[in-house]
Amino acid sequence: MAPSPHTLSARLLTGWGGGCVWYLERSAVWESPHRLARLLRSRSKQWIAFQHCTFLRRMYVTQLSRSLNQQAKPKPEPVAPPFLEKTALGEAKDEIYEMRPLSPPSLSVPRKPNEKELMELECTAVTEDSMAVGKETKEEKQWKEMKLSVDDLPGILARLSKIKLTALVVSTTSAGFALAPEPFAWPCFLLTTLGTGLASCAANSINQFFEVPFDSNMNRTKNRPLVRGQISPLLAVSFAACCAVPGVALLTWGVNPLTGALGVFNIFLYTCCYTPLKRVSIANTWVGAVVGAIPPVMGWTAATGSLDAGAFLLGGILYCWQFPHFNALSWGLREDYSRGGYCMMSVTHPALCRRVALRHCLALVALSAAAPALDVTTWTFPVIALPINLYISYLGFRFYRDADRKSSRKLFFCSLWHLPLLLLLMLSCKRPPAGSSGAGEPPS
Amino acid sequence: MWNRVLFGAGLFHSVCHFEISRFCPPRKSCHDWIGPPDKYSNLRPVHFYIPENESPLEQKLRELRQETQEWNQQFWANQNLTFHKEKEEFIHSRLKAKGPGLRAESGQKATLNAEEMADFYKEFLSKNFRKHMCYNRDWYRRNFAITFFMGKVALDRIRKKLRLKQKKTSS
Repeated sequence: MAPSPHTLSARLLTGWGGGCVWYLERSAVWESPHRLARLLRSRSKQWIAFQHCTFLRRMYVTQLSRSLNQQAKPKPEPVAPPFLEKTALGEAKDEIYEMRPLSPPSLSVPRKPNEKELMELECTAVTEDSMAVGKETKEEKQWKEMKLSVDDLPGILARLSKIKLTALVVSTTSAGFALAPEPFAWPCFLLTTLGTGLASCAANSINQFFEVPFDSNMNRTKNRPLVRGQISPLLAVSFAACCAVPGVALLTWGVNPLTGALGVFNIFLYTCCYTPLKRVSIANTWVGAVVGAIPPVMGWTAATGSLDAGAFLLGGILYCWQFPHFNALSWGLREDYSRGGYCMMSVTHPALCRRVALRHCLALVALSAAAPALDVTTWTFPVIALPINLYISYLGFRFYRDADRKSSRKLFFCSLWHLPLLLLLMLSCKRPPAGSSGAGEPPS
Repeated sequence: MWNRVLFGAGLFHSVCHFEISRFCPPRKSCHDWIGPPDKYSNLRPVHFYIPENESPLEQKLRELRQETQEWNQQFWANQNLTFHKEKEEFIHSRLKAKGPGLRAESGQKATLNAEEMADFYKEFLSKNFRKHMCYNRDWYRRNFAITFFMGKVALDRIRKKLRLKQKKTSS
C-alpha cells in the first residue's frame, strides 16, 4: 500500500519548513526591512505553490499504489444524450465506483482455473470496498442469476409461446370448425383445438428464438423471455419441438392428414418464410396474412375433411382482416422498424400501406355478402354484419385520408373487437344443415 | 451538440463494448448472470460462469457466446447511435428549412411530427438495408451454432452423469 500521506507531507514539511526558516533568518540579518517584506511575500507564494505540488504528488502516489491491485476504468462520458434513459442518479453513483477489479475491456475473457482464484480474491476485495464505501449500486441489483426455477417456468413458457395470440388463433380455428356444415363432434373439436394450439405455441417460440436482438431493440417486445435471459435458446427450441411434434401428430392421426399437413405448412410459413422475410421485403405482410388465414381453414377441414369453398371464404375473411389490423398497428411503430431494420409498408411505402388497409376493409363487406351465396350462412348475416363492416371501412377510409397516429389507433382497436363479433354473427347465422328448414329461410 | 462531442472524443469506439462490468457474482453461484439492457445497444450483457472442470467443448461454447455478445453489442450500439445522430441532424435541417417563424408563433420549441419524420425513417431503412442483410445472415448462423453447441454440451453432461451413475451402481 502507499506510504501514509500524512507521514510523507510531514517529512517534507519539516525539511522544507526548516530550510525556509533558516533562509529567512539569514536574509533578515543581512538585508533591509522592505526587502525582507518583498522576500517574505515571494516566499509565501512559493510555499503555496509547493504545497499544491505536494498535494498533487500525494494523490498520484495513492492512485498508483491502488492500481497495483486494481485498474482504473475510464470514467464514462457523463453527458447523457437525450434518448438515453439512464437516470442522473445512476450516473452519479457510477462515478464513485470507478476502481474495479482488474478485468478486460470485454465482460469475461476465458480464464484458467488458477487465474479464477486471483479474480475471486479481487472480487472479494472489491466486495469489501463496495461495502466499505456504501450500499450496492442500483445497476448491480438489476443483475439476475440465469437460473431457471420450476415455479417460473409456466409463466415463461406462456410468454414464449405468445399465449394470447395462440388463444386468438385457436378461437378462429374453433369458429372454422363450428361453421363447417357437419354435426358438431366434441372429440374431434377438442383434438383440433389442442393440436392447433400446440402448433401455434411451437411457431411462436421459434419466432422469438430467431428474433432476440431485434426484440431487444423494440419497446413492444423487449420483455420477452429470451431477451431477458429467463430461458436459454436451447430450451426454447426444445419446447418448440415438444409442442410441434405432438401437435402435428394429433392433427394428422387424431383428426385427418389434411389438417395435419396444413398445420405443418403453417408452422413452416410462419417460422421460415414470414419471420426472415420481415427483414428483407414488404411481402412479409402478405405472407403473414396467409398465416393468419390458415387456422380457420384447418378448423373447417378438421370437420369436413376437405377444402371446400366455405373453407376458402373463411380463410379469405381472416386474410382480409389482417391488413387493417396489422397496417394500423405498424403505423405507430415506424421509428422502431426503421432503426431495427424491419421492412414494413408503413416505413417504405406509406401510401400503399393505407391503401391496402382500406381495400381489404371493403373486401370484408364483399366477402360477408358472399357467405350466404356459398351456403355458409343465411342472408341475415351480411345484413346484420353490415354496420360493423361499414364502420371498420369508414375507419379505414379515415386512416387512408388522415394518415395520422389517431386514425391508425382507432382502426387498430376497432379491428380487435370487429373480428370476434363478425365470427359470432357468422355462427349465429350459420346455414342450418340440409333437410331441416329454418323459419322463413329459403331451402338450401 | 453532444453527438459531435461524442464522435470527436472517440467515445464511439468505446461504447461499442459493454461498459466494463462492475458486477461480480456471488462466490456460491454456479450460473451465468444477466444484466440490465446496455444503454447504447439495448442488449443485456451476460456474465459467463466458468466451472472448475470446464471441458474443451464447454469452453468453446462459452467463447462463442462471448464473441457473439461482443459482435452484437458492436453492431447495435453503432446502429442506434448512428440512428439517433442522423435523426437529430434531420430534425435540425428540417426545422432550419421551416424557418425561425414557427418558434416565435407557438412560443415553444418546434418539433417534427411523426408524418414529417416518415421521410427520415424510409431513408434510414433503405440506407442500411445491405448492412442488415449481412447482419441477419451472420446472426442466424451464430444463433444456430450456439444452440447446436448448447445441445452438444447438454448431451455430453447427461452422458457423464450416466457414466458416474453406472460406476456407482457397479461399485
